[in-house]
Amino acid sequence: MATQHSRSAARLMVMPAIIALFLWMIVPLVMTLYFSFTDYRPLRLTFECCVGFENYSRFMGSTAFWSSVWTTLTMVGGILAITVVGGVALSLLLDRAMWGQGIVRILVIAPFFVMPTVSALVWKNMFMNPVNGLFAHLYKFFGAEPVDWLSQAPLGSIIFIVSWQWLPFATLILLTAIQSLDSEQLEASEMDGAPAHKRFWYIILPHLSRAITVVILIETIFLLSIFAEIFVTTGGSFGTRTLTYLIYQRVIESQNIGLGSAGGIFAVILANIIALFLMRIVGKSLDK
Amino acid sequence: MARAVSNQKKAFNTAIAWGVGLLIFFPIFWIVITSFKTEAEAIADPPSFLFFNWTLENYSVVQERSDYGRFLWNSVVLSVGSTILGLIIAVPAAWAMAFVPGKHTKDVLLWMLSTKMLPAVGVLFPIVLVARTLGIYDSYTLLITVLTLINLPIIIWMLYTYFKEIPGEILEAARMDGASLKSEILYILTPMAVPGIASTMLLNIILAWNEAFWTLNLTTIKAAPLTAFIASYSSPEGLFYAKLSAASTMAIAPILIMGWFSQKQLVRGLTFGAVK
Repeated sequence: MATQHSRSAARLMVMPAIIALFLWMIVPLVMTLYFSFTDYRPLRLTFECCVGFENYSRFMGSTAFWSSVWTTLTMVGGILAITVVGGVALSLLLDRAMWGQGIVRILVIAPFFVMPTVSALVWKNMFMNPVNGLFAHLYKFFGAEPVDWLSQAPLGSIIFIVSWQWLPFATLILLTAIQSLDSEQLEASEMDGAPAHKRFWYIILPHLSRAITVVILIETIFLLSIFAEIFVTTGGSFGTRTLTYLIYQRVIESQNIGLGSAGGIFAVILANIIALFLMRIVGKSLDK
Repeated sequence: MARAVSNQKKAFNTAIAWGVGLLIFFPIFWIVITSFKTEAEAIADPPSFLFFNWTLENYSVVQERSDYGRFLWNSVVLSVGSTILGLIIAVPAAWAMAFVPGKHTKDVLLWMLSTKMLPAVGVLFPIVLVARTLGIYDSYTLLITVLTLINLPIIIWMLYTYFKEIPGEILEAARMDGASLKSEILYILTPMAVPGIASTMLLNIILAWNEAFWTLNLTTIKAAPLTAFIASYSSPEGLFYAKLSAASTMAIAPILIMGWFSQKQLVRGLTFGAVK
């Protein structure tokens, strides 16, 4: 068992990590909280402390806020739906007997490692461009009128691009979960004559439910702060301004620190609500 | 027992899976192919897939016009630097929590994870302000520090799950033989922990390399890595598909290769051990 000596040594070894993360979390957060109660606009040389909840009411009372909430929900919801349903389908497919399974796996996982700015720009220009993009060539080949994806369906286009990046993530995790399924159980049900769709609904899906929950929670946390993909494609215009992007614009572009900070606090609270659910699941797996 | 599958069924699965796999991979294939075309061929309709005049011109043009090598170097410095710094902080912490767990170890681990969920945009201005006040905006110091801190929870968690798998009996035996804490770490744990540390390192380099919020917002020129360089193509002049492709190919190739090696560890690292 651990001695008194090793215990205090252990405490010493954890300390640097705790202090670093504590400072990283607390100092900027307290500053944001403070700024959210000030009228601070550096470009106009205004600084007035303590305007109460004015920033909060102005931020949440603006139409930009509500449309950004709606955009965020649509974007995150759309990407989640595509990646989870697609991920389940793909992982079932990849789990089957085939030749060259390892290579297919590598092909499917690849998009996850592509830098966000690269994938957004390549999709925007080389595929979705209405004149020179590959989709436009394809449309013209079939005699159809090319579509300017990023201005006619901007939100859908971004959902598509980000889904391409995150589908591999969902697939990889769900595949790992499927492979831990006891194959004897499946074989028994097959011998008892259970049809494929029943095996899916009653054995495979319940087995995957935990992995699906984890995928949804982790993706949500990352997707709530999508930034680069919007930054290089639409720059937040055409109804693609998410909550994260709105706050970014308030703080960096229009330099209204007070207003942006109030939005930032709102985003922190939102993320924490989702994080709570994730922590509960992760915490349970720690006890095992 | 493996289930016997008829060759016909296997061929069917193979065809569908390869079809889907190639479709998903196609954009990456297309980036690489386009990087070897001339600008005119890059936008040609109908596009050519393999039969065009292969050229390396784009690669040299990208380097000449924009000093690509410097951005590449910055990416290497930031991702490797933040990974090493992260490991220096994380290895002792994860070791201590895995082998000398206290009453609060679980809470500490979960709390560390919770810092990862703090939305970056919520603390963007304070970080910019602090960086400017200290005069370290757009510097390696700032970026390495920030990248280390945002990935530290993942590093600690990954190492923790690896260290947990090292049987504690070995340590107890060593202690009974009178091994000191130092020799315990040096001669027993380190050799057993190296594979786990290596894959943690790999995943963390990937994450840091692709990070595109802080690198875009905290750099201008000096410390700007490839994420920022590629973003500068969002408002280009003239024909640029082939050059964008060349720059992109170099930006994703090393990470793609590393990623393929670390796909198993990815699951562990990104689900915090919740999916095995």
